[in-house]
Amino acid sequence: MFGFGTTNSLTMDKPHPDSLLDTGVQGVIGKPLDRIDGPLKVTGTATYAAEYQFDNMAYGVLVGTKISAGKVVSIDVDAVKAIPGVIDVVTDFDQFIRVSAQGGATDAPTQGVKDIAFFGQIVAIVLAESFEVARDAAARLPIEYDEAEGQYDFAAHRDETRTPPDDAAPAHFKQGDVDTAMADAAVTIDSTYVTPSQNSAAMEPHASTAVWDEDGSLTLYGAYQMPTSDAQQLAKSLGISEKKCRIVARYIGGGFGSKLGIAPESVAAAIAAKQLGRPVKAVMSRPQVFEATVRRSNTEQRVRLASDAEGKLSAIGHETLASNQSTEDYFEPAGIGTHLLYGGDNRLITHDLVDVNLVLSGSMRAPGEAVGMLALEGAMDELAEKLGMDPIELRKRNDPIIDPEKDVPYSSRNLTRALDEGAKKFGWDKRQKAGTHREGEWLIGMGVASAVRGNMMMESSAKVEIHPDGSATVSSAMTDIGTGSYTILAQIASEILGIPVANITMSLGDTNDPPAAGSGGSWGAASSGTAVYLACEMLRGKLAKAAGVDEDGLTLKDGKAIGDNRSTPIGELVGKGLEATGHIKPGKQEKETSQAGFGAHFAEVAVNVITGETRVRRMLGSFAAGRVLNAKTARSQCLGGMTFGIGTALTEDLIHDTRTGKLVNHDLGEYHVPANADVPQMDVHFVDERDIHANPIHAKGIGELGISGAGAAVANAVYNATGIRVREFPITLDKLLDQLPAV
Amino acid sequence: MKTFTYEKPATPEAAVKDIDTNGAKFIAGGTNLLDLMKLQVETPDKLVDISRLDLAKIEEREDGGLTIGALVPNSDLAADRRVVAKYEVLSRALLAGASGQLRNKASTGGNLLQRTRCYYFYDTAAACNKREPGSGCSAIGGYNRILAILGTSEHCIATHPSDMAVAMRALDATIVTLKADGDRRRISIHDFYRLPGDTPQIENALEAGELITHIELPAPPKGKQEYRKVRDRASYAFALVSVAAIVDVQDGVIASASLAFGGLGPMPWRNPAVEAALVGKAPSDAVFEAAATALLADAKGYGSNDFKIPLARRTLIATLRNVTGA
Amino acid sequence: MHFTINGQSYDAEPDIRTSVLDLCREHLGLTGSKKGCDHGQCGACTVLINGRRVNSCLTLAVMHQDDEITTIEGIGQPGNLHALQDAFVRHDGYQCGYCTPGQICSAVGMLDEVKKGWASHASGDLTDPKFDDAEISERMSGNLCRCAAYPNIVDAIREVGGAEPAGRTADEKDAAMEANARGELVA
Repeated sequence: MFGFGTTNSLTMDKPHPDSLLDTGVQGVIGKPLDRIDGPLKVTGTATYAAEYQFDNMAYGVLVGTKISAGKVVSIDVDAVKAIPGVIDVVTDFDQFIRVSAQGGATDAPTQGVKDIAFFGQIVAIVLAESFEVARDAAARLPIEYDEAEGQYDFAAHRDETRTPPDDAAPAHFKQGDVDTAMADAAVTIDSTYVTPSQNSAAMEPHASTAVWDEDGSLTLYGAYQMPTSDAQQLAKSLGISEKKCRIVARYIGGGFGSKLGIAPESVAAAIAAKQLGRPVKAVMSRPQVFEATVRRSNTEQRVRLASDAEGKLSAIGHETLASNQSTEDYFEPAGIGTHLLYGGDNRLITHDLVDVNLVLSGSMRAPGEAVGMLALEGAMDELAEKLGMDPIELRKRNDPIIDPEKDVPYSSRNLTRALDEGAKKFGWDKRQKAGTHREGEWLIGMGVASAVRGNMMMESSAKVEIHPDGSATVSSAMTDIGTGSYTILAQIASEILGIPVANITMSLGDTNDPPAAGSGGSWGAASSGTAVYLACEMLRGKLAKAAGVDEDGLTLKDGKAIGDNRSTPIGELVGKGLEATGHIKPGKQEKETSQAGFGAHFAEVAVNVITGETRVRRMLGSFAAGRVLNAKTARSQCLGGMTFGIGTALTEDLIHDTRTGKLVNHDLGEYHVPANADVPQMDVHFVDERDIHANPIHAKGIGELGISGAGAAVANAVYNATGIRVREFPITLDKLLDQLPAV
Repeated sequence: MKTFTYEKPATPEAAVKDIDTNGAKFIAGGTNLLDLMKLQVETPDKLVDISRLDLAKIEEREDGGLTIGALVPNSDLAADRRVVAKYEVLSRALLAGASGQLRNKASTGGNLLQRTRCYYFYDTAAACNKREPGSGCSAIGGYNRILAILGTSEHCIATHPSDMAVAMRALDATIVTLKADGDRRRISIHDFYRLPGDTPQIENALEAGELITHIELPAPPKGKQEYRKVRDRASYAFALVSVAAIVDVQDGVIASASLAFGGLGPMPWRNPAVEAALVGKAPSDAVFEAAATALLADAKGYGSNDFKIPLARRTLIATLRNVTGA
Repeated sequence: MHFTINGQSYDAEPDIRTSVLDLCREHLGLTGSKKGCDHGQCGACTVLINGRRVNSCLTLAVMHQDDEITTIEGIGQPGNLHALQDAFVRHDGYQCGYCTPGQICSAVGMLDEVKKGWASHASGDLTDPKFDDAEISERMSGNLCRCAAYPNIVDAIREVGGAEPAGRTADEKDAAMEANARGELVA
């Protein structure tokens, strides 16, 4: 069980039925503890990437191209260098990164900015003594271009596809024969859904502050979700040793995928800082965040469902198109959830790409499921309607016992319970026939959708030290992007070590600490949580030895080690201090079980019969995601995901001007993320579940489960309210208007 | 943002004298001007800070009307008990606009002078005749969901984004100004705004350096007042369509009607034909339909804003039902 | 230039173009106020000027030399939290924390507006506005939160501002969460 020295490693090859979180008696695991970083956040004293102060720091403002395809011929640096306060203009046509790195990549992203792949590509950074001077000079920097034709119109090029290499999901998957099953089926659905580009729109713009030491090592204070791999990307981009590249990301103002990989400001700031011999801070403007980081791709999705008269599916087809730059292979895995959500022998799930000269597409919260389930769960609603069956009943009839493609069991699966418990709590029985419930000017409807999000484990480590005063420190290059990592990791350590949370110091977001997978893909809690678990497990063994008691007879509680009728302060057992590092890797369990969180979304909407404005009145998410580590932060994660679902369904629409490739609405004024008034009081329910195949803490990911299916529930509620099925998202009023009753 | 010199005159008379170059601009709340200056859409070489001039009072006049200082913040105007009681449409319009923070800063005069929210006007990399006369209009043939269907020209299809100004137009407000030579002018809001024609950069009747000092509202109108705003988000979004309605029904007949519209045109829109279709008639859906037909007779969609035509029709009819009780 | 921020005097010589937000963040080390959009479209920069909430990104420092500016640093400090800050912690009215100082400054200003009897777009009767959840949501809509802590933000403000109906306290919410964590289907 224990590794050598001070490292406790585990590869998840076998189920892990016993958990120290069940035998711990500190009683904090799962509790709705307030965030330990809360007082810093509410007082403005938590420090984000652009808030580190250095003497002699230069302000960097990035310059993006004003065309979408072609080449940069020249940049007239001298034209702005004379502006008082301007220090220099730095550019490096070879080394600047053209696009953000994809999450988890360990290589540099595509470099070289002389060739222009999209509008707003970052080609220079203007350095000045003040932000105001740098901003002005950046706006006035003359750039000469050689403009070329680009592809900006997805619809016009939708027939010119390429099949990318397999990624998070296989590009193409086929089982049986969907065409024949469709021809033979009693009832079929064949619908095409369209979703637009979206932007993560984290409230903190991408920011990097770069500081070089005299020995040639770089510290970059960056707004990054995955510092360990981000530092690898950055080192490779700059051509320096990974050992000399440190990223610090103590607080990150939201990410939602957009900060998984390094963005162009990081390399520009680092190169400029090196060249100037001064610290450089580079913060993207909000339009640059939209134009030059990453978007969720638009999609076109054909869903085919074949069922018998009782609603049993015989076939599912989910054929999807997304877009990206021709040099990039990332595709929005819109069919990823379709692989394992429902049964049905005949299956066809495909992803193809259309090349465009638009900002990189990459991961945004729940890549794949977030938009894929708008289509699948919309089509399921259509099928239920056609069958005259309750949509919950239809889903339950297709809830498989084993994975329909891999022929392996699910690690844990409670879709039916989530649907049933959610329905009871939401009052689903009060749902009325489509288009029949009206209150004054408002048409009222309820909708449901399943939730599914694949569960991931990523290699991670964490160090835990117990100090002679009985306190402990947990350190890891893991991040807290608002997810609650600071708090839940402290809770795990507290539960196992019996040290009160208040006596645990957390150090996260620094690559000087043990490497970790960071925050993304909802793997953070399970991966880093297990690393902390393993470190604490080893420390528990050491404490037992020091106390001279059998491990099984050791109780750790409130800072005391109790065993053999003795109670000893833990601090007295650690000498000058004890430390252990936990290290977890995914293993055979990943293949031997199919792992995902499941759930159900319920929404009630009101659609104005005059104007078509849709307002969400109620929402409930019911989730089965293994052990809940902190009921408060877990609930908040779900609320956030569900709200993303409201935006996806109703308002978020990143518009590309098909003539020029420019983003039309590259700001928060016209890219409409939900405002407070768009979001009702919402409810979250957790189904009691443990997952012994996923990890020793028995938890599955939750941050993305909350969005997966949420938008579909809203869209299905719009249908139930109006009888109008909109298959082109978002469901803005203009798409309802011509089918609403005459005034 | 280009740099500028800064003056803070003590009186309106001094302020208008400080506007001594083509590039000088007044700044009050600054919520729109600074927004545009950061993008170098506006590039004044001098800012004349009028924010602390003594123009922030609301006073009742003997004729029963109100005189509103140009520097009264939007929040204060919306909350003023006289406005709430007698000009509810104005309070409602103000409260439907922007956010609590912006309303606290934005001034009454500045609100009237808001520039369009056209995406292409804001984007200095795009052609825009309003921003750069003669460069072309990117919105025509482009994405124009939020843009105008009435009063447009082949040079510009921008909308005026204000909610407040729509209510002011329904209320027959008068704009009082001070010019550099010391002359005062009173300009009816109906004569204040300009259609784009082939000079979309000229948006109103103000001369260079002319300062709005007050806005006068006539004595409170008779009838019921309503402001209805249709938008994508439930809050903190510009109007797709809005209607300011003041309608008086006497003995089952519409005695008077005043209707102004936001989101439809380059200015807060008002068309006497709409009111003519209503006055003297008994409220009915047929009459409301006729009013909508009058409003939209010359409406022209540009693709992504085509929906505004049926939306305006539906919203107007529903609003008229509400204010007439029909 | 001379400024009064959180009751303290500051002298600084920023560029004439400097916003109140950049003055605080880049010149005075007051980084609690956040820059989310720099165009008045998100509310993360909200501060109080003479007690009124405003977007500090959209106002010039030079125009506020005679004013009392209050930033989040002046509202409360760790160990000395303002009631709203404390309620945001207990109700989990944030996640990443980036919009949070703006939300709290905005809520302080907003509650004062409610006290003055100001109505909102959500008010039925402008002369006698109620103070309920719909009012809180509308009045706080100038502060975007992408993590979407909105329901918890409303809970926190309702509790401190005394909105009706009272709703659940943070403790009652916690108890419900704990019951749910025990596998109960709680209301």
